Amino acid sequence: MQNNTVVITGIGLISSLGEGADAHWQALNGSAGPRIDSETFKPYTVHPLGEVDWNNQIPKRGDQRQMETWQRLGTYAAGLALQDAGIKDDDALCSTMDMVVAAGGGERDVTVDTQILAEARVRNDLGTMLNEKLTTELRPTLFLAQLSNLLAGNISIVHKVTGSSRTFMGEEGAGISALDTAAARIRSGQSTHALVGGSYNSEHPDMLLGYELNGMLKADGWAPLWQREGTSGGGIVTGSGGAFLVLESAEHAAKRGARVYAAIDGIYSAQIRRKREDLKETIAKLVGAASADRPAGLIVSGATGAHGITATEKAALDVFASAAVRGVAGRIGHLREAQFPLAVGLAALSLFHGAVFPPIDAANEKAASGGLDTALATSIGATRGEGVARLVKV
Amino acid sequence: MSKYTDHLGRPLVAVTGLGVVSSLGQGKEDNWAALTSGTSGIHTITRFALDNLRTQIAGTVDFLKESDEGASALSEKLASLAAEEAIAQAGFDTENFGGPLFLAAPPVELEWRNRFALDALVKSEGEPGYDLLLAACRRGTQEAMFHTTEFGYIAERLADTFGTRGLPITLSTACASGATAIQLGVEAIRRGESDRVLSIGTDGSVSAEALVRFSLLSALSTQNNPAHKAAKPFSKDRDGFVMAEGSGALVMESLESAIARGANILGIMRGCGEKADDFHRTRSKPDGSPAIGAVRAALDDAGIKEDAIDYINAHGTSTPENDKMEYLALSTVFGERISTLPLSSNKSMIGHTLTAAGAIEAVFSMLTIGTGTIPPTINYDNPDPAIVLDVVPNVKREASVSAVLSSSFGFGGQNTCLVMTAEPH
Repeated sequence: MQNNTVVITGIGLISSLGEGADAHWQALNGSAGPRIDSETFKPYTVHPLGEVDWNNQIPKRGDQRQMETWQRLGTYAAGLALQDAGIKDDDALCSTMDMVVAAGGGERDVTVDTQILAEARVRNDLGTMLNEKLTTELRPTLFLAQLSNLLAGNISIVHKVTGSSRTFMGEEGAGISALDTAAARIRSGQSTHALVGGSYNSEHPDMLLGYELNGMLKADGWAPLWQREGTSGGGIVTGSGGAFLVLESAEHAAKRGARVYAAIDGIYSAQIRRKREDLKETIAKLVGAASADRPAGLIVSGATGAHGITATEKAALDVFASAAVRGVAGRIGHLREAQFPLAVGLAALSLFHGAVFPPIDAANEKAASGGLDTALATSIGATRGEGVARLVKV
Repeated sequence: MSKYTDHLGRPLVAVTGLGVVSSLGQGKEDNWAALTSGTSGIHTITRFALDNLRTQIAGTVDFLKESDEGASALSEKLASLAAEEAIAQAGFDTENFGGPLFLAAPPVELEWRNRFALDALVKSEGEPGYDLLLAACRRGTQEAMFHTTEFGYIAERLADTFGTRGLPITLSTACASGATAIQLGVEAIRRGESDRVLSIGTDGSVSAEALVRFSLLSALSTQNNPAHKAAKPFSKDRDGFVMAEGSGALVMESLESAIARGANILGIMRGCGEKADDFHRTRSKPDGSPAIGAVRAALDDAGIKEDAIDYINAHGTSTPENDKMEYLALSTVFGERISTLPLSSNKSMIGHTLTAAGAIEAVFSMLTIGTGTIPPTINYDNPDPAIVLDVVPNVKREASVSAVLSSSFGFGGQNTCLVMTAEPH
């Protein structure tokens, strides 16, 4: 079996900070605070998307209409990643490219749902009423616009990535597994190049409801990521965005003269039973394994903000004293399935620039100086799933 | 190429455990008896009201306590029953399986009954809508409802129940999902990540809303009466698929490790192939090239030529589009021989089990290899003259089958094919 080096050659990011790897690097190095909206979904706060010209990456209006926002975000970020890697519109490379997408479900039709809830209050024949409303009010193509694997389907249609198409589900864990699987396939020679990532639309009440059923959203405005314990609600502030990466074997990248951001050296994952196993110990073990032979100068944390879990992660990371920790949800919000691809992308970007970006929460994150040759990225799921990636400078 | 490796020097992957649940029943024995006798599990839906619905039939699994508890609970139960059967057959500890889990599961959402229940908590407080549902949540968490909306929940429960190892993978490639779960398992064994894996496809998601969604895409048969005649793959009067539920589970191991522990080898998962389609969200590229590519990729991966295939377990959904496209793809790959090569669609009897289909059909394919019985395509009364196939019409057939191709195609351009063979001697 082969043991290829896996490198990142394309980073496609879109979020409240803007679009593109450069825009994100500049924003993270700039002095502006996070972009937030605490009004639209009051009492919840989200990190909203700025103005996006979808035509940049999804040229056909017909395609745009067939997608809900999360699919558009993902398709857009995928296009950015392909462009960044110099693969976009290269038929030979796209048609042989593997794809693993981490996806949730799409957004429901708020108007139809509201109508049904209203009818339900005045009708006793709920089943009949539901059929009446669903058959007459649902937009036929909405199903596809909210179907999990149709983000990948749309990427195939818009960007012609057709080597393979797999969609992983399961919140943060999906993002961890997607990167792990794509990297493992390249490392072993099962694949030469792959597109991996996900997207999330925070600006939709159904998405908020998914968290709030379990009381997980921060309900009293924004606060820095590491300072949310004890605040009202559950601590999570979600963000809209998408994060896609192009992974290649080093050989494949070199052959086509691609620019390399960093190498993914290893991905360490787990899913413990949090009610009976120790999360802090697990995180420490994963980070320890990822930095066993050389300490990392940076840990890009994908911490969600969820009460308890986030504090536990911070406590575990603080043990690794040489590393500067950056909790990116404090700036971009939590992107659920896309959180790990986002954190890995920002770690790769930091290695490429050879520098750690300034603290996001200066009271809890230390400044860093000097060069950078090893960085970790974490995603510790709000409910389950734990992952750490180790990236190294190439 | 040693006894334990394939044409590329990779570990051969043995299947040592199979489990299945469908509308035909629970377990391999009941399912196989019904399937080979040409029995249909399609029936008039009783789970929800049928008023205003053009399609009123499905292959739902109605015999479990969880059958009326929503998509998450039923999908979990179906997966759990199939997995338990497969692990027990393989002879592993059903509480400490010790290998990774690959689960094809349907996307889940908060069910209407729960939306109504949330609204009932707060309806005196204002106009109905998401604001109020969110307000209801702020009064107190709804953990049980929360679980039903989490995509990772079913796999977590299964991982806990069966003691699988590591972070389980939950996946969806639409109607190819079950095959993808198997493919991921095969790849993990080939990479040497584990000597055993558990791959499951499960789907218990038939609800009014799910049915309406497919109905609005004109994907479903509306020939409600008689229900058991509705699914008629490759027939001239086929008019759509029939939604169905079920689960298929496979325990796979490296052949070397299976033989070393003295396991009973049921067959070899020899090759997997896939190719995505970039043509349209629900329609295939007219030249069939992605499906053709997936079939060829599976044969190449298996290291066998098309003339070695003895039987095709077709995707055969009974939609006008799929069956035509599948015929185009298969006739392109197999040439003249396709008209005499036995091929059948399990969906004529169990319906389209969606996320589970690829896994259930792999289980049935392995049973064909093991028993030498090819299940029929039932309801084949009006052959489509444009599709010249030996569909094993209406009655099972005994044959020596040592290599099977199983195909799965799905919305979103998903095409995945599997090649299964008998144990090499």
